[in-house]
Amino acid sequence: MGKTAKRKRKVSAPSTAKGPVKSAMAMVKSNPFEVKVNRQKFDILGRKTKNDVGLPGVSRSKAIKKRTQTLLKEYKEREKTNVFKDKRFGEYNSKISPEEKMIRRFALERQQNYGKKNIYNLNEDEELTHYGQSLAEIEKLNDIVDSDSDTEERGTLSAELTAAHFGGGGGLLRKKASSGQQDEEEEKPKSRKELIEEMIAKSKQEKQERQNRRESALELTEKLDNDWKEIQTLIARKAPKSERKDKEAEKPKPDEYDMIVRELGFEMKAKPSERMKTEEELAKEEQARLQKLEADRLRRMRGIDEQANKKKPSHVSADDLADGFILDKDDRRLLSYKVRLNISEFSDEEESANEDGEDVAADSHSDLESDLESEEEAAGNKEQKKHKTNEKESQNVEELDPKMELNFCFYFLVPESYETFKSLLAGRTIEQQLIILERIQKCNHPSLAVGNKAKLEKLFGFLLEYIGELATLDLPELRTIDKLVLPLYNLCQMFPEAASDSIKFILRDAAHDMEEVIEVKGRATFPGLDTLVYLKITSLLFPTSDFWHPVVTPAFIYMSQLLTKCRITTLQDVIKGLFICCLFLEYVSLSRRFVPELINFLLGVLHISLPKKQAQGYTVVHPFTPVGKNLELLLVCDKKDLESWQKQNLPLSIVTRLKETSGTEMNHIRLSCLAMCFDLIKKCAVLYESLPSFHEIMHPVRILLTQHMVVNEYPEKMQEWYNSALKELENRVKHYTPLICEKKKPVPLKQYTPKIVKVLEFGRKQGGSKKEQERRQLIQKHKRELKGAIREIRKDNQFLARMQLSEIMERDSARKRKVKELLGSLATQEGEWKAMKRKKGKS
Amino acid sequence: MARAAALASCLEAVLGSRRNANRVFEILEPLLVREEEDVLCAARTCSRLFGALLERRELFVGRLPAEEAALADNCSAEEKYKMWMRHRYNDCVRGLAGLMAHGAFQVKELSLCTLMKFVELEARYPLIKVEWKGSLTFPRELLKVVVDGLLPLNEDASLLISRFQEYMEYDDIRYFVIKAVTESIGQVMQKTKERPLPFYQQNVFSLISPINMPNKECDMVKFMAHKQAFEKMWLSFLKHKLPTGLYKKVLVILHDCILPYMNEPTLMIDFLTVAYGIGGAISLLALNGLFILIHQHNLEYPDFYKKLYSLLDPSIYHVKYRARFFHLLDLFLSSSHLPAYLVAAFIKRLSRLALTAPPEALLMVLPFICNLFRRHPACNVLVHRPNGPEDMSEDPYIMEEEEPSKSRALESCLWEVQSLQNHYHPDVAKAAAVLNQSLSEIEDDISGLLELSAYELFDKEVKKKAIDVPLEFEQVRGLFGKKNDIFAEHFTLD
Repeated sequence: MGKTAKRKRKVSAPSTAKGPVKSAMAMVKSNPFEVKVNRQKFDILGRKTKNDVGLPGVSRSKAIKKRTQTLLKEYKEREKTNVFKDKRFGEYNSKISPEEKMIRRFALERQQNYGKKNIYNLNEDEELTHYGQSLAEIEKLNDIVDSDSDTEERGTLSAELTAAHFGGGGGLLRKKASSGQQDEEEEKPKSRKELIEEMIAKSKQEKQERQNRRESALELTEKLDNDWKEIQTLIARKAPKSERKDKEAEKPKPDEYDMIVRELGFEMKAKPSERMKTEEELAKEEQARLQKLEADRLRRMRGIDEQANKKKPSHVSADDLADGFILDKDDRRLLSYKVRLNISEFSDEEESANEDGEDVAADSHSDLESDLESEEEAAGNKEQKKHKTNEKESQNVEELDPKMELNFCFYFLVPESYETFKSLLAGRTIEQQLIILERIQKCNHPSLAVGNKAKLEKLFGFLLEYIGELATLDLPELRTIDKLVLPLYNLCQMFPEAASDSIKFILRDAAHDMEEVIEVKGRATFPGLDTLVYLKITSLLFPTSDFWHPVVTPAFIYMSQLLTKCRITTLQDVIKGLFICCLFLEYVSLSRRFVPELINFLLGVLHISLPKKQAQGYTVVHPFTPVGKNLELLLVCDKKDLESWQKQNLPLSIVTRLKETSGTEMNHIRLSCLAMCFDLIKKCAVLYESLPSFHEIMHPVRILLTQHMVVNEYPEKMQEWYNSALKELENRVKHYTPLICEKKKPVPLKQYTPKIVKVLEFGRKQGGSKKEQERRQLIQKHKRELKGAIREIRKDNQFLARMQLSEIMERDSARKRKVKELLGSLATQEGEWKAMKRKKGKS
Repeated sequence: MARAAALASCLEAVLGSRRNANRVFEILEPLLVREEEDVLCAARTCSRLFGALLERRELFVGRLPAEEAALADNCSAEEKYKMWMRHRYNDCVRGLAGLMAHGAFQVKELSLCTLMKFVELEARYPLIKVEWKGSLTFPRELLKVVVDGLLPLNEDASLLISRFQEYMEYDDIRYFVIKAVTESIGQVMQKTKERPLPFYQQNVFSLISPINMPNKECDMVKFMAHKQAFEKMWLSFLKHKLPTGLYKKVLVILHDCILPYMNEPTLMIDFLTVAYGIGGAISLLALNGLFILIHQHNLEYPDFYKKLYSLLDPSIYHVKYRARFFHLLDLFLSSSHLPAYLVAAFIKRLSRLALTAPPEALLMVLPFICNLFRRHPACNVLVHRPNGPEDMSEDPYIMEEEEPSKSRALESCLWEVQSLQNHYHPDVAKAAAVLNQSLSEIEDDISGLLELSAYELFDKEVKKKAIDVPLEFEQVRGLFGKKNDIFAEHFTLD
């Protein structure tokens, strides 16, 4: 069976090359006796092994076959210097089919033999001719016809020539032919040979000429290039433009149409100019802007996505627009002013006077307005004045009241130090100070010079300090501060970071001072009016409703400290405390946040307005004490004073100097404080009504108001305050809904994320730098290769030995056979001889 | 100077020859003078004179007979001299003891030092006859004189006492001072009949509070003896009524410096129960000692939690001892075996009181409450009551109820914490909002929050870096120019 199969295979092998081999391999593989399985010790998931199944028989036969083809051949050809080279055409080229191979071989053979004149070949005798020329010779000449090539020189002929010779059918040839005929007619005696020679000579000459021409042209261009190179250096330095023009002139002109198309493409398109907005639209825009800002504020108040939106506030004050224009106008004169400012004051003044004139001429109506304004001021109408000043601001007109005699210059440098800043403002009226500040701002607008930003940021600090100083004066200039807040606001809008930093700095100082005092004395005192003003300014500059704000939150904590840590010993302390209470209320007016300190303090203030030894249903906390000193600070017993009291707005200057005029006045202030306290409680009640434990929060206050306060003794006005506060407290419905936790998301099952660790296999060296690893790999590879090579050599030797052995055996057996034969023949010979002898003997 | 020279010559004469013994009076005399300089000089000379005499053993040893009797007695001249000199020595000690009540501190200090020098010398060269081996030769009488001098009835002697502290390093002096103080307290307080003597008690306290007990390892016997004397002293001191300030001071050091050195700490029960009953800060402080007794000495305190509950009043968030109190409260409420009603009552009361608390206290108490919820999941109804009655018109919790079990805390909800979610401080609002969600398993660590101060809060906020500063968009119209400005209603800019 096997034998037949093998034979079959052998038979079918040459006919179809690959298919059966494959099937044979498959058969081998399926044969369990041929397959050797390399058993794995452990099954490892995901590992791909190449060598789990081996075919030892197949591979051995392969190796042997290979060796017989290579090694054995070499062995057999050893000690032989001659090499057999098989140069048969396509012997080893399998692409050519045998039939074709044979045909080509045949053709080659014929070609080789063709030219050879075989004297013994009789068939070659008759020569084919054309025009008396041997065809064979012509055929040989008619190889490649190239007029331009050098082969011509070797003796081949041009196409014209051949055409002329063989009369090929083309117009040109015909012409030539005709000319040839003419020639023939004129010079008949010229033989054909001559003619041809002539033609050859002519063509040779032509060719020579052509070559010469080409060479000369080449030479000329070369020369031109060299010359150009020499000149180029000169031209490039001196007149590149002209050169370029020349070049352009040389260049082919671009297509005009293309040019126009490009031009159209790049041309600025005529845009429709923006329509002037109507007032309605402007108002609408403004409203939209405000709405957006308000929405922003609400978002910050809730404290959601604090981090999400980090957009810078793009507040543009109305002033900014006009700034640039005026600045540009002043800009040119800056230098001269700067220079002349110190040299001659006179010219300065002159200039400014001119300026005044101009301004007045320009805005004569505004002048009038300011006149009006001053009159109104005289009338002392506060509201209107405020309104007017605002108008003045918004119009942004640098009007100068002639009465003011503002003869100071227009250009101001930002003062370098606080002292110079102070001296700049010292002795001026409020309006003048404002104008100076405004001009400083405009002259040093950050868009004008690089350092202006830092300078103006400094200005903010100076202004703050100045305000603080104004507030600490014996007679605090609060009206000035009131006005100065405007430039402060504008500066703050320009530089929010710097502004927040300087206010934070002030707050930190104040808090630090208080902490030190607490550490030393164990208790603190209320700060001066300046700190209170700063706190108030903070609420003007920054949004107080934010969930967290870099300035407002520290301010909150500081105020809370003030209300809890500072001792209440005088009436001033009470007023300051109430001021801070007002601040707290203002800070939380939008966000409605809960401030326990506020309620505690108001309760304490009410407590000190009661006579001592009251039954307690409430507890006052620090800094107030249920018993001890400084009680009855707000208690008024004097009937007359009670009757004569009118609710008055407390002047802030009381805080710094309480002029102890009379007991009556003091009592009136006390009563005003109490009235304020009632009002604040009412406001608190309105503010916190939505809190779920509103009643618990207000419980102590309510107890105090209803059970301990002797209302009847107070004047009627006070009773009104009292009643309105109490009403707010009491008419809130008690309403409690049970709390429910937010539903928590179902927690997904805990899953351990796979911890990925680099496996450190035993015996395998890891680590080290990349270079080292590479080296190690190379060494490893070398080792493997060496082993393989040794194995191969060993196998080769075995193979050779086997071959030698078989050779020897063969030789031996041959010799034995021959010996046997010889012996046999000898024996037969002997036998025959003996037989002969016997025969002879017999015969 | 002249006086000093004269005294020096006297001193030399007396020491030089016994013939000049009578000149001792010249030295003793100035001790009774008013002038500071003279007194100082005399005291110094006395110190040198009797120091030398003690070293020479020229003072009479043993029971000293009366002066007249001694002179009349028929003993040797040597004996007579010694007796006489011993009498002078006693005069000197008496004079110095008197000087300890002198007006000038320098004089007091010098007399104290001189007396202590005598104590030292007498201990080395005893003036008491050794009657049997091992009998005590320490000059107890002399030390008693010193202690009496240190504890005047009507003035604060803390300065002198602090000077005296250096002598307390010595074991024997400490021991006998403890004894002497015990004796002194017994004598003095007996006379006053339960009327507190603020100065005297203050002095005693400042003398005995810094006492460092000897190391237990080095000498067990000595340590036990010390312990006994120490215990006796404190008990006798605390037996009497103390002024409030002193009460607090004693309670502050009680758990640290007194209880560990007592043989029978349970003897302090009376004192602590009384202090716990006083109320206010004193009760808070007494908690610490009580805790040690309950924890380590099996004290059974009836209605302890009720008492603790009644301690919670608005001031706990404002007092100095807040950290200490909440640390203890945390300890007391850490048991998971407490009934839910009790813990609920505590939670409710703490959060009710939190409505008046400053932010630094709130930041501490909110995690505290969260921890209570974690320990006692039964209390979760306070924050999560899904099937509760809608629209209650009253908080069921009764704040005024003393008994936690009757306060109906479990029927209530933590509306207070919900209110605090609107607190102006962002961190407080966040901490309060934690209770909206279900709590995590792990307790918050509040030990770092206990000592939080308002200034730290402020500092933290100020140091926060802001990426961008939101601005007020409403145009300013002056200091009080806002719409509905509260200030414009109540203040003017004058």
